[in-house]
Amino acid sequence: MEIKKFVLRQLTFQDCRESGLSLWQCPNFLFLVMGLINICSMLGVYIIVQRYDIPELVIFSVSAISVLIFAVGSSVINSFEQVAKANKMKSEFVSIASHQLKAPLSGIRWATDALIGNKKESLTQRQIEYLKDIQENTSRMIRLVNDLLDVSRIETGRMTIGDQEVDLKDTVETVIKELNYFALAHHTKLILKVDNNIKKIKNDPVRIKMVMQNFIDNAIKYIGDNKGEIVISLKNKGKDIFFSVKDNGMGIPQEERKRIFEKFYRGDNIAKRQTIGTGLGLYIAKAVIDNSKGKIGFDSKEGTGSTFWFTLPAINNLNFNIN
Amino acid sequence: MENKKKILVIEDEATLQKALNDILVQDEYEVFSALDGLSGVEIAGKEKPDLILLDIILPKMDGFEVLKKLKEGETSNIPVIILTNLNDIDDIQKALDLGATTYLVKADFHLEDVLKKIKEII
Repeated sequence: MEIKKFVLRQLTFQDCRESGLSLWQCPNFLFLVMGLINICSMLGVYIIVQRYDIPELVIFSVSAISVLIFAVGSSVINSFEQVAKANKMKSEFVSIASHQLKAPLSGIRWATDALIGNKKESLTQRQIEYLKDIQENTSRMIRLVNDLLDVSRIETGRMTIGDQEVDLKDTVETVIKELNYFALAHHTKLILKVDNNIKKIKNDPVRIKMVMQNFIDNAIKYIGDNKGEIVISLKNKGKDIFFSVKDNGMGIPQEERKRIFEKFYRGDNIAKRQTIGTGLGLYIAKAVIDNSKGKIGFDSKEGTGSTFWFTLPAINNLNFNIN
Repeated sequence: MENKKKILVIEDEATLQKALNDILVQDEYEVFSALDGLSGVEIAGKEKPDLILLDIILPKMDGFEVLKKLKEGETSNIPVIILTNLNDIDDIQKALDLGATTYLVKADFHLEDVLKKIKEII
């Protein structure tokens, strides 16, 4: 089946159509044409040589065919240039998005921070509430921009994972502190269960924080309306650290489970009710964990809730054994 | 308070400049502001601040160039925190190689995190 699909895709030049290339710019098509010209011309020359004894005619036909192949070849080169140009435009767009969107967003964020942090003039409770709303919304927007940048990094194979020492206990506590406000707004309680002496890992603190944020953020969003309870646990498990986020929300329908880690995929339940969210979080989370030699997954029962988890290799303690 | 610690902020975005200024003054720092790279280097030479916050994309002279200049003269011992929205590893590495103490990606940090970083250093 797979082979049939592949051949069909090649013959209908699906890839070119999807990237908006015309038939005469499509390398797949042009190589096919070149191949056909080659075969026909060989046959042609063979027939000519068989029938007539005029060497000039052979030279003439071979030259004519060469010119033809040259023309098609230049068209192929042209098409590759088009592809390269499109790619360049994409990375230019990404850098514009990164700088031009992030600069004003950091302006909003810091101005709001300065207002809330101002100790001289006191604000009313309501004003503080609004300012916190601005803060929360700005954070979401910044996260979105960062997500889009990450996707472009993943797709161009430039996703790098740092190797700084990360204290996961600290990280998860910070994340919970930051998301508590959002959880409260959804009448949801965040409960943290942490083992003693959680081993450290080597990774990128920002990225790991993002994965944790994503799990908890999703749990809050999908938990439905009332009496939500989210249990976040962090354990040592053999040579790994095990992190999980368990909710008592609506669970994931069987038919959606396969697609959860796909790019831009959003569960039907949520897409109907909420406009926030892009369906990038878990796609990026998977890329981060996969690139860190960890494992990522989930268990879910419709109606009772889901548990999302990941494991990451702990820094090994061999040094202690030597002493 | 005798001997307030001096901080120089080299940043062209007026909003960020203002917000940093307010929060730093409130925390008893003496703050100097420069809106472009060139005047940043000048003020640094004149005032000898205890710490410099430096943006990368700046008019007249970019942050990398400023950093090079700062690390040449009498200002070479002043710790520099890079403020940036570029977060490609290459740019950050370049700044660190040029002698920056640490860096902050502006959009990813709150003002209080910036304060925390400053207090870790001075």
